[in-house]
Amino acid sequence: MAIFQLKVNGEHREVNVDPSTPLLWVLREDLKMTGTKFGCGISACGACTVHVGGIATRSCIVPISHIGDRPIVTIEAMAADPVGRVVQNAWVEEDVVQCGYCQSGQIMAAVALLKVTRKPTEQNIEESMGGNLCRCGTYPRIRAAIKTAAAELSKGGA
Amino acid sequence: MVAPAIDRRGFLRVSFAAATGLLVSLYLDPNAFGQEAPMPAQQAKVYPPDAFVNIRPDGKIVIQVNRLEFGQGVQTALPMVLADEMDADWSNVIAELAPAADVYKDPLFGMQMVGGSGSIAHSFTQYRELGAKTRAMLIAAAADRWSTTPDKCRTDASTVRGPNNQTATYAELAADAARKPVPAKVNLKSAAEFKLVGKRVKRLDSRPKCNGSLKFGLDLDLPGMKVAVVAHPPVFGARVKRIVDDEARRVEGVTNIFEIPLAKGTGVAVVADKFWPAKQARSRLKIDWDVTGVEQPDSSELWTRYRQLGHTPGLVAVNRGDANALDKIAANNRIVAEYEFPFLAHAPMEPLNTTVRFDGDRAEAWAGSQFQTFDQMAIAEVLGLKPEQVTFHTEMAGGGFGRRAVTDSHIQREAAVIAKRLRGTPVKLVWTREDDVQGGYYRPIHYHRVEVGVGPDGLPAAWRHVVVGQSLLMGTPFESFAIKNGIDETAIEGTNDTHYNLPNMQLSVHHPKVNVPVLWWRSVGHTHNAFVMETMIDELATRARMDPIAYRRKLLKPDAKKLLGPLDLLDKATAAWRNKLPRGHALGVSCHESFGTGVACAVDVSIDNKRPRIHRATIAVDCGIAVNPLTVESQFQAGVGFGLTQLVPKGAITLKNGMVEQRNFDGYAPPYIIDTPMTVDVHIVPSSEAPTGCGEPPVPVISPAVVNALGRLTGKRHRTLPLVTI
Amino acid sequence: MPRIRAGLLVSIVVVVVSWIGAARFADADTTTTAQGLAAWEQVYSVLTSPRCINCHTATNYPQQGDDRHRHVANVVRGPDGTGVPGLNCIGCHQETNADSTGVPGGRNWHLAPLSMRWQDTNDRALSSAEVCRAVTDRSKNDNLDGPGLLKHHEEEPLVKWAWNPGRKPDGSARTLPPLTHEQFIAATRRWVEAGTPCPGR
Repeated sequence: MAIFQLKVNGEHREVNVDPSTPLLWVLREDLKMTGTKFGCGISACGACTVHVGGIATRSCIVPISHIGDRPIVTIEAMAADPVGRVVQNAWVEEDVVQCGYCQSGQIMAAVALLKVTRKPTEQNIEESMGGNLCRCGTYPRIRAAIKTAAAELSKGGA
Repeated sequence: MVAPAIDRRGFLRVSFAAATGLLVSLYLDPNAFGQEAPMPAQQAKVYPPDAFVNIRPDGKIVIQVNRLEFGQGVQTALPMVLADEMDADWSNVIAELAPAADVYKDPLFGMQMVGGSGSIAHSFTQYRELGAKTRAMLIAAAADRWSTTPDKCRTDASTVRGPNNQTATYAELAADAARKPVPAKVNLKSAAEFKLVGKRVKRLDSRPKCNGSLKFGLDLDLPGMKVAVVAHPPVFGARVKRIVDDEARRVEGVTNIFEIPLAKGTGVAVVADKFWPAKQARSRLKIDWDVTGVEQPDSSELWTRYRQLGHTPGLVAVNRGDANALDKIAANNRIVAEYEFPFLAHAPMEPLNTTVRFDGDRAEAWAGSQFQTFDQMAIAEVLGLKPEQVTFHTEMAGGGFGRRAVTDSHIQREAAVIAKRLRGTPVKLVWTREDDVQGGYYRPIHYHRVEVGVGPDGLPAAWRHVVVGQSLLMGTPFESFAIKNGIDETAIEGTNDTHYNLPNMQLSVHHPKVNVPVLWWRSVGHTHNAFVMETMIDELATRARMDPIAYRRKLLKPDAKKLLGPLDLLDKATAAWRNKLPRGHALGVSCHESFGTGVACAVDVSIDNKRPRIHRATIAVDCGIAVNPLTVESQFQAGVGFGLTQLVPKGAITLKNGMVEQRNFDGYAPPYIIDTPMTVDVHIVPSSEAPTGCGEPPVPVISPAVVNALGRLTGKRHRTLPLVTI
Repeated sequence: MPRIRAGLLVSIVVVVVSWIGAARFADADTTTTAQGLAAWEQVYSVLTSPRCINCHTATNYPQQGDDRHRHVANVVRGPDGTGVPGLNCIGCHQETNADSTGVPGGRNWHLAPLSMRWQDTNDRALSSAEVCRAVTDRSKNDNLDGPGLLKHHEEEPLVKWAWNPGRKPDGSARTLPPLTHEQFIAATRRWVEAGTPCPGR
């Protein structure tokens, strides 16, 4: 067990955990932030996607000991994020979700894409979203929502 | 419109509590369901009335949904139905998932469940009546208040209006309405009067699912809660022989390690303060397993066995026309085809989980369950309680596809067994993805052998078909009404009830017993039967040099309305593109009816990086009244993506020496975005018929459509799934 | 040209090259071309072992595992070999191995550029001659000369990672290249001293 000082969604948090614990489980069980989901534990599905140091990161395979002082941003902060808010609104507008379990990860990946690529092509979308699994199959509406969000962002929405 | 006569006893019990507002309950007598109920009549219990509608003093209307929401949109659609008849203000409606109780049982099946694409089909009228009766009582209360008659009152957006412009909100009237008698009969709206039904209404649960606030079963957190994982035997049914757990016990946070009985065999439970220590400890267990007397299935051995069986006639399911018709047809007009379908894991996105707390004389359980009645009973049985002593909460679930509808309730039993040991402590049992991929309850493997004799008109003149596959329902409570003459209908649905005109048809079935637990998988028997039918029909169409839509139209029986309508609509919807595909693209067509809904599908496919690339899918569907056309569209757009699990190269569970070879999404990889259509347009046949389901019908059509397109592209007709190389 | 004469010509060339090579590294043991070619084969055996070749692909994806299957989650190369937004290599691969979760790590985890592919587009390793030509082509190898290649093998963190590749998710150790790092450096040095000769086709 060791103490770790973390910066999560702009707030300082302190946890006392086994250093081998993946960031995912620290978020979910020590910080009680269950918006980030457990889907597979081997980085194959993307349900656990957060942003660490501004980079989309699969939190199920990054031990807390590897985080250091890099800021962590989770789905819970997206409503207050200029790109995150637009993406969430697009997701709601396009009625994307079904069971919804994968959607935290999908949105975090989409936000990472749109923060770098304001006008993503179909290929950009397929590549950046290509590792996020949705068992319900909402992919066509995810594509549409990303395009809607991109259009909104291009209007100078953020 | 007067409500149709309903052949069951029921009455509404109404009560009012100042704090909570008007409660309207529908109390059903389970005994009235007779032979259709899988539950023996003597198990029916009397439960306190539960609420379907709660009008709160603040104007919010809370509607209980009698089945699990796991993506299909029922949590929006059924409340829509009720709110429409009630003339409730939709913006003030809150939907909740009802706990386990008799009053929430599926009206047709007599058990609380979701499955068979029955949410709307079975509860449409039920929820309409609930809404209409509530409205009637509110009007009665208003009429009294204004000394007028109900017929002079109107309702709209949670408000009653009187003949002299008097108004009162539902919240204001609730107390008085509660004292009114519940009407025995109500008038239901005509289609023209619907304000919500038939409209594209957005989901109620979108925003919380987009901002991380919605809690699924796995997200549950209770004071003092422990997390448990179970080491399951690597061969189904094996038993623990020896446990060495000293290293496991050294993991900080681990509280208990003990052997537990499973549905078959035994396992080892590891309980800890949190998930990660539990998982770490489990991985440090050294367990010797006893496999004596336990069959160790092996995929290649199973195929050999299945092929042998498939070459012999089985139990006769269909024997129509001339049994010798095939032999009278010249060999060069006969096609013999063998099909192989692997085990499929359901793999819902949210790993399976159940939380139970046992307090001695009662218990509480939380699970995203498709089978609340069975699960509640199972937990009660394990804990030595009566079902009504178990409060069973239905949690929002991250997908199911049938995996959360298990008649042996094995997950709930595991959780209850552990909770029993840790009396007073809530225990959350978690199945990791490895547990899920390796834990059985798969869509069974199937082998089909089809011999078709082609007539001079290019249509099938003779059809001999053998299906080999484990029975899903033998040994379950459904056996008595779903197994007929030893034949499990779920293995042949889609073939035995085909709407194609096959005047000479012989269909027989073998149900081998295999030591692998098996389960539905979204659309069940249609997954493989539709594939066989629709690819074979397509081969025949190509052979006859006919357009695939025209051929199907010709071969379908004239009364196959639910397929002919969609085929016509598909014809129109694809007219602009289907004969103008660019080079390297091909068209694939299929149609299939399942769970009362008819679907026709066309895809535009090319080959990209050695994989099928689906540029577009067009779907036409007849599901009767589309209660929420937006839900219908979503279900079909996404459901075909799910259906493609059958084609992706790593879409197979295989066994070697009794053990499952795949462990996680690396070895069993479902469809990612690149594997699914880039765009799907959905067209709904206008209808005023009773609504039929959309949960499963998207699945059977997509795989044959894509494989049919590949057949046109490459000349190769794939009959073994998944598509490893194309 | 008749084979005997061709063989004679090659021999003459080899002798001349060795002599030139020997003249260049006057203070080292004279490393013949034959020795250099033998050393290269040792280097090649390391370069084409899974820990190295998995990131020297000709496709838009990396490989993983000793069976060199396509990397999980459809990760792709991206414009500069670091992945794409949403799926950057460093999103998962941290600066050091994460043994508790079985994910390898090293500084600046990324794919070798396509100019440094050591496989064909069917994921089969290229021949010794083809890899040698690629590695020594200064228009493709970031303009490294012999000493530069040696330094790359000695110091580049991702190269050194191959000998400290961490544990797989099941807890077992990843297999190492067929030589130790020291042996790899020694072989590289001999090859460089010989003038980085490449085998014929």
